[in-house]
Amino acid sequence: MAASIAKIPQPPAELERLPLVNNNRSLGWISNRVAGLAEGKAPIWWWLCFIPSVCFLGLLGFCLCYQISTGVGVWGNRHPVMWAWDIVNFVWWIGIGHAGTLISAILFLLRQRWRTGVNRAAEAMTIFAVMCAGIYPALHVGRMWYDWWLFPIPNQNSIWPQFRSPLMWDVFAVSTYFTVSVLFWYMGLIPDLAIMRDRAKSRIRQFAYGLFSLGWTGSNRHWSNYEKAYLILAGLSTPLVLSVHSIVSLDFAVSQLPGWHTTIFPPYFVAGAVFSGFGMVLTLLIPLRKMARLEDLITMRHIDLMCKVTLATGTIVGYAYAMEFFIAWYSGNPNERFHFMNRALGPYNWAWLFMVIPNVVVPQLFWFRKVRQNLLIVFIISIIVNVGMWFERFVIIVIGFHRDFLPSSWAYYKPTWVDVCTYLGTFGLFFTMFLLFMRFLPIIAISEVKGVTPQSDPHHPAGGAKHVEFEEEEAVV
Amino acid sequence: MNGQAKPYGMIAEYKTAADILHAAENVRDAGFSKWDVFTPFPVHGMDRAMGLKNSKVGWFAFLGGVTGYTTGMIMIWWMNAYDYPIVVGGKPMFSPHGAFPPSYELTILLGAFGSLFGMLFLNRLPRLHHPLLKNKRFSLVTHDRYFLVVECADPKYSETQTRELLEKAGSRHIEVVEDE
Repeated sequence: MAASIAKIPQPPAELERLPLVNNNRSLGWISNRVAGLAEGKAPIWWWLCFIPSVCFLGLLGFCLCYQISTGVGVWGNRHPVMWAWDIVNFVWWIGIGHAGTLISAILFLLRQRWRTGVNRAAEAMTIFAVMCAGIYPALHVGRMWYDWWLFPIPNQNSIWPQFRSPLMWDVFAVSTYFTVSVLFWYMGLIPDLAIMRDRAKSRIRQFAYGLFSLGWTGSNRHWSNYEKAYLILAGLSTPLVLSVHSIVSLDFAVSQLPGWHTTIFPPYFVAGAVFSGFGMVLTLLIPLRKMARLEDLITMRHIDLMCKVTLATGTIVGYAYAMEFFIAWYSGNPNERFHFMNRALGPYNWAWLFMVIPNVVVPQLFWFRKVRQNLLIVFIISIIVNVGMWFERFVIIVIGFHRDFLPSSWAYYKPTWVDVCTYLGTFGLFFTMFLLFMRFLPIIAISEVKGVTPQSDPHHPAGGAKHVEFEEEEAVV
Repeated sequence: MNGQAKPYGMIAEYKTAADILHAAENVRDAGFSKWDVFTPFPVHGMDRAMGLKNSKVGWFAFLGGVTGYTTGMIMIWWMNAYDYPIVVGGKPMFSPHGAFPPSYELTILLGAFGSLFGMLFLNRLPRLHHPLLKNKRFSLVTHDRYFLVVECADPKYSETQTRELLEKAGSRHIEVVEDE
């Protein structure tokens, strides 16, 4: 075969684009490796992660029962700090979700082919993070059995939801976000569920995967509609992901509070959300690629690119922090000025430092290639980023409240054990869902990764695989 | 079963994306109408090689989006300005600005449903039975093989000539699949 190809001088090695799948893996290998993770017995490390996660999920269950039966007075929220950990955690979890949609939608529209290696896991992360986030506003209303009043359903008082409030916009934004994320995720899963179906040995697996793959055959007449639908969903999800955190930020920005009432909030929140989301994707995928031996599919190039996105969004966030201070001074509004001086020098200035250093200073290390190539450092930075983003929401919300217009009501907010345990419990929910996802579904979009391998390109004699022979690999189940 | 099996179509297996693309071009040029290509991933350029027209999914998404936006606007006006108006903070009973964010979200929501269900409708999915899915060899289509299938119902179908055409395009494995 090689003899029939004309000799073409190879470009120098440093100009070659790094491959998206290392070691010239064959299509069959990709199926076997990824689908194999959801087959057979669970490895020990999976159980070692799963059991503690379920324990924390139990803690969440206990905390929810306790605070619903007792009332949300068990939280640390006291006048004047009426929003605290509940809304901090809501915004934090929602923000984490943003990387999934950014990777699946925006990077798709920008034709970033590397997204295929990480989009499935990131979309799953989005869905589970939004689930964790959804708990908080549902509880925050106080009497959560009235939560259905948030939806435009006729109730016994004949009063409709009040759509002039941004909190109502938020209900629509978050529930749409969750639904569309699930749709997008499921649609991407259909061809991969068909792979699982064709590999399934037991009756139950054949039935379950067969049912959810909807009879997918890989027909090109189907692919044609499928790809168009996927493109449209990406096109719809892009304004969606930008709008969700914008609308979350309007919960703050539409109010009159100093530090909240600013026009920079929507873009600043979106950048921060993407920033923390990529932090979480890195936190999840760096151990996962090692434990599940996915180094050839989630390559160092993927890690490198995600670090660069983190750096870019972190720098946008840093710009927004600086601009908030500038506007506080430039506006000449004494309340605004006081608020920002209070942020940096008030009793919560430790929280402010926990926001600025991890979000603005630490990600700057990603300018260095050596740092981006060191998995341990990237992993640690990714966690620091998420700590920093949690403190960003804490700073905005708690510092925004604790010294209000009446100095007589100034107070210092402290969380209670219920706040802390509920937050820890949401990690239990998140990781339990994620671990179950990786036991039953392919954590990498198999058919999409196949589409970015060199041999998938039909315009070359060996299917684009110009210089290399590919070892075929039989289906191993 | 019971010897009542009637042939469904001729199925030819190919090993590379390039082979299947050229085979598809040949079958298209031969003027077949009831045939299809099955691949583990969408092969670039295959729609043109098969002579497929642009997908109509966009219309479903568009209809969904329009429905979503008008539903949002009309619902909010009806609820807050007509059915039970309440003055809140001196704001107008209805303003297109305040009603925009929820309507925008509904546009996206119904547009997304439109594109997913439009895709499923155009593909006639979900489908719980397909003659090809009974074929052992065909299950490799989700692994690493490419298949071209010409249905027996095609007016141009002929046991010998179609086989020859598919073989000439480079297939090493051709068989006739039966429908139960």
